[in-house]
Amino acid sequence: MRLSYVLPLALFAVVAVALGIGLTLNPRLIPSALIDKPVPDFSLPPIDGRPDGLAAADLRTGEVAIVNVFASWCGPCRIEHPLLMEVARSGEVPVHGINYKDLPRNAMAWLKRYGDPYRRVGSDRNGRVSIDWGIYGVPETFVVDRRGRIAFKHVGPMMPEDMHQRILPLVRELQDR
Amino acid sequence: MIQAFHRFLLLAAASCVVSLAAPPAAVAIGVDRPLPDPALEARARAIHKQLRCLVCQNQSIDDSNADLARDLRVLVRERISLGDSDAEVLDFVVDRYGDWVLLDPPLNVRTFALWLGPAALLLLGAGFAIAVFRPQRRSPEPASDALTPEERARVKALLERDGDAS
Repeated sequence: MRLSYVLPLALFAVVAVALGIGLTLNPRLIPSALIDKPVPDFSLPPIDGRPDGLAAADLRTGEVAIVNVFASWCGPCRIEHPLLMEVARSGEVPVHGINYKDLPRNAMAWLKRYGDPYRRVGSDRNGRVSIDWGIYGVPETFVVDRRGRIAFKHVGPMMPEDMHQRILPLVRELQDR
Repeated sequence: MIQAFHRFLLLAAASCVVSLAAPPAAVAIGVDRPLPDPALEARARAIHKQLRCLVCQNQSIDDSNADLARDLRVLVRERISLGDSDAEVLDFVVDRYGDWVLLDPPLNVRTFALWLGPAALLLLGAGFAIAVFRPQRRSPEPASDALTPEERARVKALLERDGDAS
């Protein structure tokens, strides 16, 4: 008999906690459908004036890599840019770029002004390849494992804690595998 | 002054939107134009209405002005004119963006709570309501209002006793 009084209360508590956690989630973050899947087949030319475009084969070299989607017209990209510069300087993991819907001269000027952390950059002028990557905003950042599978995706500008507490630890873990 | 205001607008826009500022309009996958064949265009529009815009989230790509929505509209038309079935086109988009892009999400392992949760909670609640509010029967009620022979005898005895006393 006592149970019929306690149980609804317990159920209410469970539902309230579940919904409460739901409220703290960011609805703009859409889980990637590509986690643990191989990177899409793609091949992008370099930005005019820069060597080395980016293709799927470049991500299947047995090396863990960071792939960052950026554009010169994207304000938030500037926020995370110093972090990418820092990683590039450390040489810990190669950073590749996908330049999303950008004019080559704008992209080149942007890289010249803020620094070029990228080993290879593919120029996705019409955004078609980015759709294959499931991109819906810029910046987005992927971690690709040794076998060329997408291990992680970050949407929006990376903050120092995203880089140092999630992305780099994951990179090291994947490198040790 | 005006320039300062522009700068403010720019900053505000940059900070509230996770990017998705309009890229240079000249670059797009194709032209957002109806297909020449009305039957194919009708299929494309029907698919557009089923796909959720990733940028504005509560609009379909048919309704949305977002750049990415336009690109996806063009892609859907392209796949349809290449001979894809409706299901193939939807799969093409779901492969890239997940079930999330479907305005009518399918019932599967990841979404069963979404579909069955409300019904389960309702049933559970109803079960408890019935259990709690049902009249409590502490002792079995007599099957009928008619008196049993023992009761009849007792009533008779009581009445006779009362009759004697008066």
